[in-house]
Amino acid sequence: MDFSLSEEQRQIQEATQRLLTDRYGPEARRKYARQPEGFSREMWAAYAEQGLLGVPFAESLGGLGGGPLEVMLVMEAMGRALALEPYLATVVLGGGLLRRAGNEAQRALIARLTSGVLTLAVATSEPEASGDPCDVGTRAHRVNDSWVLDGAKSLILHGGSADRIIVPARVSGQRTDRHGIALFILDPKASGLALREYPTQDGLRAADLTLAGVRIDDAGVLGAAGEGGEALARVVDEAIAALCAEAVGAMSVLQEMTLEYLKTRQQFGVPIGRFQALQHRAVEMYVVLEQARSMALYAALSAGDEQAGVRRRAVCAAKAHIGRAARHIGQEAIQLHGALGMTLDYSAGEYFRRLTMIDLTLGTHHDHVSELARAGALSEGADQ
Amino acid sequence: MQLQFTPEELAFRDQVREFLRTSLPALLRSKLEQGAQPSRDEIVAWQRALNARGWAVPHWPVEWGGTRWSAIEHHIFQDELQQWPAPATLPFNVDMVGPVIAAFGSEAQKRHFLPRAANLDDWWCQGFSEPGAGSDLASLRTTATRAGDRYRVRGHKTWTTLAQHADWIFCLVRTNVQVKKQEGISFLLIDMRSKGLSVRPILTIDGAHEINEVLLDEVEVPVENLVGEEGRGWDYAKYLLSRERSGIARVGASKQLVRRIRQLAAATRRGTGTLLEGVAFRERLAILETELKALEITQLRVVAAAARSGGRADPLSSLLKIRGSEIQQGLSELLLEVAGARAARRAPEEADATEWLARTAPRYFNWRKLSIYGGSNEIQRNIIAKAILGL
Repeated sequence: MDFSLSEEQRQIQEATQRLLTDRYGPEARRKYARQPEGFSREMWAAYAEQGLLGVPFAESLGGLGGGPLEVMLVMEAMGRALALEPYLATVVLGGGLLRRAGNEAQRALIARLTSGVLTLAVATSEPEASGDPCDVGTRAHRVNDSWVLDGAKSLILHGGSADRIIVPARVSGQRTDRHGIALFILDPKASGLALREYPTQDGLRAADLTLAGVRIDDAGVLGAAGEGGEALARVVDEAIAALCAEAVGAMSVLQEMTLEYLKTRQQFGVPIGRFQALQHRAVEMYVVLEQARSMALYAALSAGDEQAGVRRRAVCAAKAHIGRAARHIGQEAIQLHGALGMTLDYSAGEYFRRLTMIDLTLGTHHDHVSELARAGALSEGADQ
Repeated sequence: MQLQFTPEELAFRDQVREFLRTSLPALLRSKLEQGAQPSRDEIVAWQRALNARGWAVPHWPVEWGGTRWSAIEHHIFQDELQQWPAPATLPFNVDMVGPVIAAFGSEAQKRHFLPRAANLDDWWCQGFSEPGAGSDLASLRTTATRAGDRYRVRGHKTWTTLAQHADWIFCLVRTNVQVKKQEGISFLLIDMRSKGLSVRPILTIDGAHEINEVLLDEVEVPVENLVGEEGRGWDYAKYLLSRERSGIARVGASKQLVRRIRQLAAATRRGTGTLLEGVAFRERLAILETELKALEITQLRVVAAAARSGGRADPLSSLLKIRGSEIQQGLSELLLEVAGARAARRAPEEADATEWLARTAPRYFNWRKLSIYGGSNEIQRNIIAKAILGL
């Protein structure tokens, strides 16, 4: 057992923190958000230059050879900065699928991804679906030598700006079967494909997608048709661990900001942090944050587990726990800032909104508690 | 970074398990599983078995029986004992008076008291709290007046856990009323058989006799029973209270209780199924278990940090105390739900209440203490507010 960072991990952490501290102040962030794609292409190029887009990929693919822990370090720093770039969509989700399911030619796309010229999005959910990524109703039929796709996808993170969208569709079986899912790499300009982009409540971007007779040949299938469910489930678990780390970064800032406010805001002639009622609430925020940090670590350390049950239970527990923690810290941060916390221009609100959206992404805390409860909770796992 | 134990750590864990399997009576284990308390004799026998193995006082200095274990090994040892479950070693001997005597006592005190404390030849109790000095401990009023080679001690200690079994009591007493209240306190060792010392039981809300009042009426104590210097008792008490106690969160005990709750809920019929199949019940258990998993990782982070800093006091242990007690209380409530109406019947004698249904409500009552003793959770929050948050 060991909780220390290796030299390489420390370098990744420091590089990300330095880049974001230097170039991601509140003013800069507002400017980036107004860009046509909702994020900064310059920042994206800077991530590429620092090697951060290659963190989870093997060195043979031009990456840094990291895993969920290294991604955790990057995502935590992005959470602190409320970074807008499509790291989760492109590197963790899209890149994760290329890496896990792609053939050699498809994996070659990773070099374009890590150099910053290719962005990706993954259609992880459908309007009627539960939190389970293998709950897929979109259908792919075989017509002559190609596939024809029909269906709808919703809340595709950064779907409007992605160069390619990876779309899971069912080639056989029932709605929630893990088998029978194929992963298609689609060009957003393909005929029959309609994308509707919109801003989300936290100022990021997402898109809904309808597929009406979209034709694609076998080269556009990631791995073997019908065998994509396994990779999809794994990559979604890795993305949940990454989101947990992002949430911890955002919660840390809210906790620090609130503490600073309690120390500086004067009422009744003293800083309001002198009042025990507020001190104890500040302590609870801190306790909740530290517990959440432990759970994000647990998710990252478990996301690579080969046993699907152990892995899934761990990320469910983490997402459930962190969703609740984010509610608590977000609400308390607003309350302890008083009316200032309610103002649009004050940054606490931006963190609050992002944390709320994180909980709604890839399964809410309620979805994950339910799934964990159905699975028999943590102690039925193989962990000691 | 990794959560897995190393092969050496796993081998150590197996040694601890093997010792538990061969040395702890199966009957005692099952009694503890039912939620009953070990008797005085059972605690003594178990601590002596550990002592014979060299494991009774692992974190003491090596010359007095310590083990040179790593922080991780200490953690594994605690966790395995709690999960088995096995009785805890007597905290007053092992975590409190022993380390203070080892750090500040005279050579004669070390030679006499430490081996006896380790082997539980002497049962110690803690004379800190008084009727007017609880959270505000430094305002204690028990006085010790020097007269030649003796102190005369006058005062009233309370909430003294298991004083009815004790041979000795370590007390904070006021030896100087002229100075600032923290500076007038001394740390005194008092024989429970001394003339003028009497113990009166206090029954707790579960009906058990666990705590006591200790009255000191002109008790004579030889000056050689003063630990360290006169007037430094407050520092020694702080040393005692701040020492890293890796078992404070009782994560292992809670893990054991989660398993037990799951077993019992699976055997409890509700409608056509079992209680464990009920969605609401499973969700409550899942939430508690998740909080417990987070606490376990937090504890491991504290352990790892302690290993790096050489075991210095960590204010994060206040966090472990707060969440650890809340989780245990939550589990005791959930167990009460499993028992349901079956928990209502009270056993005629406390000694008869060895079966879990009879122990469930009393344990729920008794465990309200967990957020009160050892520095109430409100005091722990004050500590975090000051020491970590700088408020």
